Amino acid sequence: MVNGAAPLLELEGVKKYFPVTKGLIMMKTVGHVQAVDGISFTIKQGETLGLVGESGCGKTTTSKMILRLEVPTEGRVLVEGKDIQDFKGEELRDYRTMVQAVFQDPWSSLSPRMRVKDIIAEALVVNRKVSSEEVNDRVHEVMNQVGLHTDQAKNYPHEFSGGQRQRIAVASALVSYPKLIVLDEPVSALDVSIRAQVMNLLKDLQGEYDVGYLLIAHNLATVRYMAHQTAVMYLGQVVEYSDTEELYQNPLHPYTKALFSAALPSHPDMVREEIVLTGEVPSPINPPSGCRFHPRCPFAMDKCSEEAPVEKEVAPGHRVSCHLY
Amino acid sequence: MAAAQGEVILEVNDLRTYFYTRTSVVKAVDGISFNLRQGETLGIVGESGCGKTMTALSLLRLVPKPAGRIVGGEILLHGEDLVQKSEAEMRQVRGQKISMILQDPQTSLNPVFNIGNQLMESLALTHKEGRKNLLQRAVDSLRQVNVAAPERRLEDFPHQMSGGMKQRVVGAIAMSLEPDIIIADEPTTALDVTIQLQYLRLLKDIQARTGLAIIFITHDFGVVARMCDRVAVMYAGHIVEHGSVRDLFNDPQHPYTQALMDSVPKLEEKVDRLYSIEGQPPLLWDLPEGCLFAERCPHARDKCQEYPPTFPIKEGHTADCWRLDPSW
Amino acid sequence: MAIVALPKRGFIDSLPGGPAVTQGLAWARRYPLLPGFVLLFVLVIPAIFANQIAPHDHRIGDLDLVKRPPAWIGDKIAEQTVVQKQDRRVARQGEITLSSATRRMKRGTATFLEGGGDGTVDVGDKLRVVIRQGGTWTYPLGTDKQGRDILSRIIHGSRVSLTVSVLAIALGGGLGVILGLLAAYKGGITDTLIMRLVDIKLAFPSILLALVLVAAWKPGLLTVIIVISVLLWARYARVVRGEAMAIMNRDFIDRAQVAGASNFRIMARHIFPNLMNTAVVLATLEVGHVIILESTLSFLGAGIPRPTPAWGVMVADGRELIVAAWWIFFFPCVAIVLTVLSMNLLGDWLRDKLDPKLRNI
Repeated sequence: MVNGAAPLLELEGVKKYFPVTKGLIMMKTVGHVQAVDGISFTIKQGETLGLVGESGCGKTTTSKMILRLEVPTEGRVLVEGKDIQDFKGEELRDYRTMVQAVFQDPWSSLSPRMRVKDIIAEALVVNRKVSSEEVNDRVHEVMNQVGLHTDQAKNYPHEFSGGQRQRIAVASALVSYPKLIVLDEPVSALDVSIRAQVMNLLKDLQGEYDVGYLLIAHNLATVRYMAHQTAVMYLGQVVEYSDTEELYQNPLHPYTKALFSAALPSHPDMVREEIVLTGEVPSPINPPSGCRFHPRCPFAMDKCSEEAPVEKEVAPGHRVSCHLY
Repeated sequence: MAAAQGEVILEVNDLRTYFYTRTSVVKAVDGISFNLRQGETLGIVGESGCGKTMTALSLLRLVPKPAGRIVGGEILLHGEDLVQKSEAEMRQVRGQKISMILQDPQTSLNPVFNIGNQLMESLALTHKEGRKNLLQRAVDSLRQVNVAAPERRLEDFPHQMSGGMKQRVVGAIAMSLEPDIIIADEPTTALDVTIQLQYLRLLKDIQARTGLAIIFITHDFGVVARMCDRVAVMYAGHIVEHGSVRDLFNDPQHPYTQALMDSVPKLEEKVDRLYSIEGQPPLLWDLPEGCLFAERCPHARDKCQEYPPTFPIKEGHTADCWRLDPSW
Repeated sequence: MAIVALPKRGFIDSLPGGPAVTQGLAWARRYPLLPGFVLLFVLVIPAIFANQIAPHDHRIGDLDLVKRPPAWIGDKIAEQTVVQKQDRRVARQGEITLSSATRRMKRGTATFLEGGGDGTVDVGDKLRVVIRQGGTWTYPLGTDKQGRDILSRIIHGSRVSLTVSVLAIALGGGLGVILGLLAAYKGGITDTLIMRLVDIKLAFPSILLALVLVAAWKPGLLTVIIVISVLLWARYARVVRGEAMAIMNRDFIDRAQVAGASNFRIMARHIFPNLMNTAVVLATLEVGHVIILESTLSFLGAGIPRPTPAWGVMVADGRELIVAAWWIFFFPCVAIVLTVLSMNLLGDWLRDKLDPKLRNI
């Protein structure tokens, strides 16, 4: 990281609460879905942060706030040091070219009635004044980069396979020379043999263009393959954050350990101590007191239900929120 | 991890299920054979379009009509050929001898009936008893799948339950008639990782208790490693490799199996680059001549223009690949 | 090999008339566009080429040929006895007054059966009277009470129906689509406002509303088109809003927002093209509705003013003569039914092809 330069993406104490209303006539707010409850992390240029967690942990809401599809209830999202909520006009257009996304479902993430070349070109055409010739050239360029034939540019999305559609999605994210791409489970909906293709492609592009990724995934192996840093989320909070290799060698938080043990073995003879969590994920409307994980934690102490743990840096770059440390 | 394996209860020989459209024939399942023993878990692994779901539907004779048909082979359940049975006879088989758990718990349950109703509906098919008895049986089925406080859960509707709970209810319904075989079609794909583990342990537990045989359809090798005793790898309607789970992981012989296993990132090791298979699976209505994997295979030779027979590798381990031919 | 599954063989066949029905169904499946062709020939071609096809001028009638029945109906003959007309008493069945007998003899529509020997008509003579004259093939469907050819009038009437349908649906549908899209996309107050408007409009009985609006303006083609548009837009708005909301849930809308597309661009380039299917299907299903509305209005006298031969007007004119000259009423009705039916069938087929979700409309 260049000294003094702000990191590419920084989240400061970001919270997102959704109001829950009751009543037909007088809509009274009776509570809040605490989807994201105070998270902070940074992503540096050219690096990947893996965001891991199960359904309801808030990772999708986090990505939406980064993409400015949702407004944080509290806290700030900073891109290159500037709060994205302040952007207007020119700055907003710049932001839109800088931060792009690839979504999970290749079947619903492309406009069915638009030609592929128009889908890919959209981020560029909307935000910059470019001649149609330049647009065409750029579209062909990105199509080549992702491994698609340029003579397919005129086709419609339904004429492509799942893997190809994700490539189109990647191409459309690249077209505006982004600095950060939010990857929301980019390969989960693809066949196993295609996943490797797309993951390799993403890694290559990162190497070539120095683009940063926020990788949201539930598959720990995928995250290990692609991410430099990993953050583990549970019920709206980051419970552990570390350099990926460090995390995988030395997971500290009980939830992280449970996630690892729940990951299925890669060989039938591999014996793993299986930590089976009891119960279900609690509702984010009424999260448990103190440490949110305490009702399911195999190591819970009395302190855990009373006091929320403070995040500590246990090893360089390795932060954990747990009373055990 | 294997439970005591009993005798062979299901024998599938050269099963073929084709779909007829106005323009072409889609060979969804094209000559597969395998056995299933009591208490055994057989994994059918493959990617989308390989024919694994169609195999499951063929076993239950639920192939979508009129376009699809079982055109050849036999399915011997306890020695009786299911292909020959009438629809009325099959109704006795489904649910009572062979049952199925599907992938998406959202759509497997009827949203307008509470789960007590759905359980009892299934139970009423074989237990001609009064409502009170059926209720008790329903509670017992829920208890069998580790649902806490089952009496209270009977009144719940599907939308009030989490994904994991729904899958357990689906499992309860599938097992309520005490079938010999359960076909699980990717039951944990839509579930969270920790819930998935709970569910798989539950299945293993039930299997140990009741001697159930399970056919597990999946694309996830992790599931295979954890759950299966034997594995069949399917590609474009054929079983390309078949063996015990250790044979497959220790000594995969078919290039597709090898490539597939190499392309999956492993949690335990960090690699710089994943192996990725070139190209796409073939279109099932436009299959090439000869070995169907040849166009994507790094070892392909001229011999591969002819479809390879099944070569034995060792006891219980076979693969359809010319490389195993001594004259390769 | 059958591509589509027919109901269990044998069941329908076992009912009386069954085999014919099964045959009909199979036939209908093989030629799903048959209603489309019926439509073409009943509605579209006559509408466009009315002047060329219609055998007679639809505005001017031949007063000698008033109220003639359709061509295949012959003269209606009765045997009547001549009686003296009593003061103010109409002749009973089987009788004919002397004066009308004389008149008819002169015209040639009565001939002697008995008592014609003396060449004059006397009381007591038995005559063969043509009570009603038959039709001729020059006027194949008969004439109305002004002697105008019914067939030509129906052909010209299809023009009216087509014009009104196309324009009313374009206007009403267009308005409905735009409002539905806005309501779905903007949400909040806009949505509430538009939907309440829809509710209000749908709470009014259509015909009543139409009559009120027509009374406010003057009757005429333009008024009818505008009034029917006002009746149509609400259903469009509601359906389109639902559809748009479903579309907006999908990832590609998020993607467009992330790309920085403006609201207008998202509505026009992303949401609207995906609504086209629904809009087209709805339009075809509405044509039948529009034609009936227009006919009803014309029937009530609030629609197209005479002498334009709108089908509804013809039905109204024929109403008083239903018993005596049923064809004046009947054939325009057939035209309406045929058109609406084939439009509905066509719409059903189109809907199944394009958008099975609308099955319950």
